Amino acid sequence: MTSTETMAAPATGQAAPRPASTAAKARRREIVRGLLRSPTFLIGAVILLFWVVDAIFWHAFAPHDPQQIFLQTLQGPSGVHLFGTDNLGRDVFSRLLAGASPVLTIAPAATALGLLGGVVLGLFTGYYRGVLDDVAMRIVDAVLAFPLVIIAVLVLTVLGSGELPVILLIAVTFVPGVARTVRAAVLTQRELEYVAAAKLAGASGPKIMFTEILPNVTGPIIVEGTVRLGYAIFTSATLSFLTLGIQQPSPDWGLTISLGQVYLQVAPWIVLFPALALATLVVAVNLVADGFQRVLDA
Amino acid sequence: MTTTLEQPTLAVRNLDISYRRGSRVSPVVRDVSFTIRPGEAYGLVGESGCGKTTVAMSIMRYLPDNAIVSDGSGITFSGEDALSAGKGTLRQWRGGRIAMVYQNPGASLNPSMRIGAQVAEGIRVHSGLSSAECTEKALEMLAKVRIPDPAACARRYPHELSGGQQQRVMIAMALSGNPDLLVLDEPTTGLDATVEAEVLELIKQLREEFHTAVLFISHNLGIVAQICDRVGVLYAGRLVEEAPADVLFAAPRHPYTRDLLRSVPRHGVTKSAGMLATIPGSLPAPGTALTGCPYAARCELATDRCHIETPAAESHGTDHTVSCFHHDRTRAVSEVERFSETERTTAEVLLEVRNLTKRYRTGGHEFTAVSDVSFDLHRGEVFGLVGESGSGKSTIAKCIAGMIHPSEGTLQFEDITLSKRPGRAERTMRRKIQMVFQNPDNALNPRHPVRRILGRAVSLLNDRLRGRGREDRVEELTSSVRLEPRHLDVRPGALSGGLKQRVAIARAFAGAPSLVLCDEPVSALDVSVQAAILNLLVELQVAQDVAYLFISHDMSVVRYLADRIGVLYLGQLVEIGTADAVFQPPHHPYTEALLSAAPDLDPDEARQRIRLDGTYPSASAPPSGCRFHTRCPRALGDVCRTQEPPWQDTGKGNRYRCHIAPEDLLRRIKSE
Repeated sequence: MTSTETMAAPATGQAAPRPASTAAKARRREIVRGLLRSPTFLIGAVILLFWVVDAIFWHAFAPHDPQQIFLQTLQGPSGVHLFGTDNLGRDVFSRLLAGASPVLTIAPAATALGLLGGVVLGLFTGYYRGVLDDVAMRIVDAVLAFPLVIIAVLVLTVLGSGELPVILLIAVTFVPGVARTVRAAVLTQRELEYVAAAKLAGASGPKIMFTEILPNVTGPIIVEGTVRLGYAIFTSATLSFLTLGIQQPSPDWGLTISLGQVYLQVAPWIVLFPALALATLVVAVNLVADGFQRVLDA
Repeated sequence: MTTTLEQPTLAVRNLDISYRRGSRVSPVVRDVSFTIRPGEAYGLVGESGCGKTTVAMSIMRYLPDNAIVSDGSGITFSGEDALSAGKGTLRQWRGGRIAMVYQNPGASLNPSMRIGAQVAEGIRVHSGLSSAECTEKALEMLAKVRIPDPAACARRYPHELSGGQQQRVMIAMALSGNPDLLVLDEPTTGLDATVEAEVLELIKQLREEFHTAVLFISHNLGIVAQICDRVGVLYAGRLVEEAPADVLFAAPRHPYTRDLLRSVPRHGVTKSAGMLATIPGSLPAPGTALTGCPYAARCELATDRCHIETPAAESHGTDHTVSCFHHDRTRAVSEVERFSETERTTAEVLLEVRNLTKRYRTGGHEFTAVSDVSFDLHRGEVFGLVGESGSGKSTIAKCIAGMIHPSEGTLQFEDITLSKRPGRAERTMRRKIQMVFQNPDNALNPRHPVRRILGRAVSLLNDRLRGRGREDRVEELTSSVRLEPRHLDVRPGALSGGLKQRVAIARAFAGAPSLVLCDEPVSALDVSVQAAILNLLVELQVAQDVAYLFISHDMSVVRYLADRIGVLYLGQLVEIGTADAVFQPPHHPYTEALLSAAPDLDPDEARQRIRLDGTYPSASAPPSGCRFHTRCPRALGDVCRTQEPPWQDTGKGNRYRCHIAPEDLLRRIKSE
């Protein structure tokens, strides 16, 4: 008879609780398994991986130097020039492979910067509320009310064009939207009692924001990040197309499409292949974002 | 109707239900059998996750898609097989011959439809009357559920009614089809004590009037004791005991029933009488595959056999069945343990609350959540704060904790006046005030392991204590709240509700608090783990000489714990005094009503029940004169309506705010 021992024994869970590290690992494994089971995510990831590898190792794949000028201009696809040549006689295929690099530098960098700014702003406004929140959110509204192109023209005329200004521009335009999302998530978290308990223990505001609240709002941040990445690719290409962003002679896809459009009638391959490449990249990122969202929501 | 006395209204036979989740199939209801005779009220009691709602839903054939009812199961409704009934038949039954009332009336009513139309719609579907006749019948039904001025109510939208009135409307709708069986699923759980008492009274009266068979589902033993003729006790999906209500509560045979009954503080019992009996462990997670008796892991009578073999239901006398191998030994009651040392209350004032007022402004409207509340809290005492929702209990606690700032009034803690913008010294001082929250799920950061949660609190509350010292303190705390070291490395999500609350309590004690604010610390927990948490709170309080501000709506719990009590009504303190004095007349009529509303476990005891009329007034427009006069059963008339009542001192340790003097009040109570 073990009655006295059982009565005195502390309350215990029915199933032995799993240690935190393995519980977290289990959750992570579950997410990974969910992603691997999602065709949406897999297709997107394969295409994205292809372009990422290409952006890094294009030197190894490109048959020609993307800037090398051949005598045959505006030539259709052939054995020598797989996707033909452009108006200056450069190899379209090589330029296509090299063109992944600028867009895949700008977009992730801009997204990361935008997320960073948005997360910090969202945490502060959502946690402290008050005047700071009111002012910041009205500014956010104002920024969101401006069409992107107008801001771009203004900013890039002042800063000049090039990769860094484009990155900064996209990042800045991302901050308000990200801040909004993060702020909304923080607003629900800050009312929960674990935040009150931390305050009662005398924890400082930033400490509560970054160590207590931030780990609980990672879900929306990840989703926001993947969605924004696709948007950044698109925006960067748009700016190049408007010749506001990256300048010649970069093989950037947006820029190539912009410059090649005059020859659309005689040499459609100049525009067609970069346009297709851009489309596959944007679609791939959106598929990945979609897959993430579904698995994290499940 | 072809029902005869021999034919039960509802017969459930060997009901087995599992839920499919992914590739896993988890059983939630196992081999449950019971019958309900015409006109009988059958109570199904059990804690969360024991399968009571699943049973109810299977009767309505309204289970989620992933539910599997196994082949051997049978549900017959007035002799007809409910499990094989077609869709058309089911539609006729639901709302007609079987009606159901759910826990949350606010969510069960269509918010965009007037009350009258909603009730009439149900009648039209099942009766085929003309719409004028339906409207008339709807008004009649509203009158039957004692809604004052049914015509006015019929024109309102659900959000314009109070929770108690909404539930009356739901009951009116359920009864409008003149059902053979009324299923009530925790119908009063979301309601305040006085409103709950009213609704229960109504259900009792309607039972006599309509002769409907009732399946009453609840986790609250006291309510079931009050309403039901027969009671079945569910544990982990199994019916472990079934008996007539009076037999079950007087002489339970299953160890679980007995332990559950013993662990609830009885009417009038205080901590000086000793510890509450506790049940070790916690409920098995719903759907866990268990071999043997489901209660074996927590049962003090369990032997090896209990873990291997499932006990079959055995009959004892008429109508009493129990599934336990050792039911003959359940009567032996183990000795009550005492707390090491109690009653160390001193007269030294720890916290002085003076004229505390908190006003909120929402959209141009101002309402006063707390108005002019003053009391002293002494070092080392438990001060109970009782009142219904909206009475301002939590607002007072939040003001003391510094989470919100009072609009008026002062708070003096030890020798410091708490201010809106605390300086360094005050901030250090404030760490001596800690809080235990109602819902342990929200009170612990789900992303941090327990060790980190406690470690952070230890280091913040003990001057940045680090390293070995911090580890030692965390382990000390862990053992003081009876957690095991292995619990330190899990996240809160892996712990049961009771264990989470232990972590939250440990965190509150991480420094050396002199005041812990307990805001309904056990009301979100399962009944079987509440007693252990209450014992723990008393133990810690005695050992560490801490004062508690203990907020609760449960009068028995407050009676058990508190040394002194304050009663709040609409943000005003209406009575204050020692617990013994407050619980004995003469006391405020509201206190009297609260006490009589508390459901009691002894169905035999004929208590004078006081029912409050009217609904809880809104805090944005409190009644003139005495705020309680709109509902007061002892109101004198004009003087209560127009003049603020004075404080009356009874001379035996309590004061209350009323126009009736103590001697007069005592005479009135005695004369009834």
